[in-house]
Amino acid sequence: MAATLKLEIVTPSAKIFSEDVEMVTLTGIDGEMGILPEHMPLMTQLASGEIHARKDGKSIFLAVGDGFVQVTRNQVSVLTDMAIKADDIDEAKAEEARQKAENRLTQKLNDEETATVQASLMHALTQLNVKRRHSR
Amino acid sequence: MASTRDIRRRIKSVKNTAQITKAMQMVAAAKMRKAQQAALVGRPYAQLLNVMMAEAASGAVGFSHELMQARPVKKRLVILVSSDRGLCGGLNGNLFREVAKLDKNTTVFITAGKKAAAFIARTKRNLAAEFSYKDTPEYGEARAISKSAQQMFLKGEVDAVDILFPRFINTLTQSPHTVPFLPIGKLAAVSAGIGAEKTELASHDTAEVYEFEPDEKQVLGELLPHSLNFQMHQILLETKASEQSARMVAMKNATDNAKQIIKDLTLEYNKLRQANITKELLEITTAQMALG
Repeated sequence: MAATLKLEIVTPSAKIFSEDVEMVTLTGIDGEMGILPEHMPLMTQLASGEIHARKDGKSIFLAVGDGFVQVTRNQVSVLTDMAIKADDIDEAKAEEARQKAENRLTQKLNDEETATVQASLMHALTQLNVKRRHSR
Repeated sequence: MASTRDIRRRIKSVKNTAQITKAMQMVAAAKMRKAQQAALVGRPYAQLLNVMMAEAASGAVGFSHELMQARPVKKRLVILVSSDRGLCGGLNGNLFREVAKLDKNTTVFITAGKKAAAFIARTKRNLAAEFSYKDTPEYGEARAISKSAQQMFLKGEVDAVDILFPRFINTLTQSPHTVPFLPIGKLAAVSAGIGAEKTELASHDTAEVYEFEPDEKQVLGELLPHSLNFQMHQILLETKASEQSARMVAMKNATDNAKQIIKDLTLEYNKLRQANITKELLEITTAQMALG
């Protein structure tokens, strides 16, 4: 049996993912990195984008938001504000969210609102990107 | 002496009040369950966040951040978290009694919730900022509060930040509670939702040496403010749960009291009615005897 590592993805509202996988590819703040079992301990920031996990030869894709990643020898823990499996993404809903956020951005907002709207725009865009790449 | 009509009127009015308090009790009970649930789902996140903070701190030796800087405390900032509405028993009153103990001259306040803002204004204390939060507190609202506190701390306007809020112990008990917010003395564990034990950060003996990317300053510099924001969010959720359960209990008491009053009034009403009938009968018989 191939060596595995445990991938855990947690958001403030739920534990999204917790399974043993063979490899994790994620987007760090400095670029993409692939993590195999027995990786050296690492802490980094997660940029919003895609997490790709390989399990039993199959690929699992997830769209994630900003956050933090902690890697120990056989575990990858991801803390993020948004995470959703590619299969579960509702394209129409994401598109609607994107448009709503873009409209909101054209209005006059204070800093705090801008940050919130930009975050939701990022989430929607990431979901759309991930969905479109894998729906073909 | 009250006439039977007066008593009947009073019974009716008390009945109406009981109906309202009963309805409020039901609403609060439903909202309480939701609020408790909301505070609980953040628990795995808080746990993982704590683990990461502990490991990061032990991995980055000699690291210090501006937010961790302890200074002699000349001015203190208190973030006062209260409910927006009243009718929730002694919840806010107990909270404000704690506030009254603080020194007026060396304490500034940031308030969250209408009742807190009104109290600070009424007692003429220093108010730095006023925030509001919704029935289901959002992360963005917590971030706004936490950010403005961090800014004041970093600018040196205040030397310590505490949060005063009604801690949820159980449905019947909520007590005012103060938690230190800034400076981050030792990396304190973020309380993980309602009723969670305040766990100390478990520092691992076999501290693994972590690689940081890009570097520890950057990663910890992001992690610390983030955990503060998250803690603030948890506190808002907990306050909501406290408020709803306090309201539920207060309204249940009100309903019970109203029922008791109705019972007493009904008894009095019946007595009076009986007395009146007896009196009338007596009058009739006397009249008849006089005639006969």
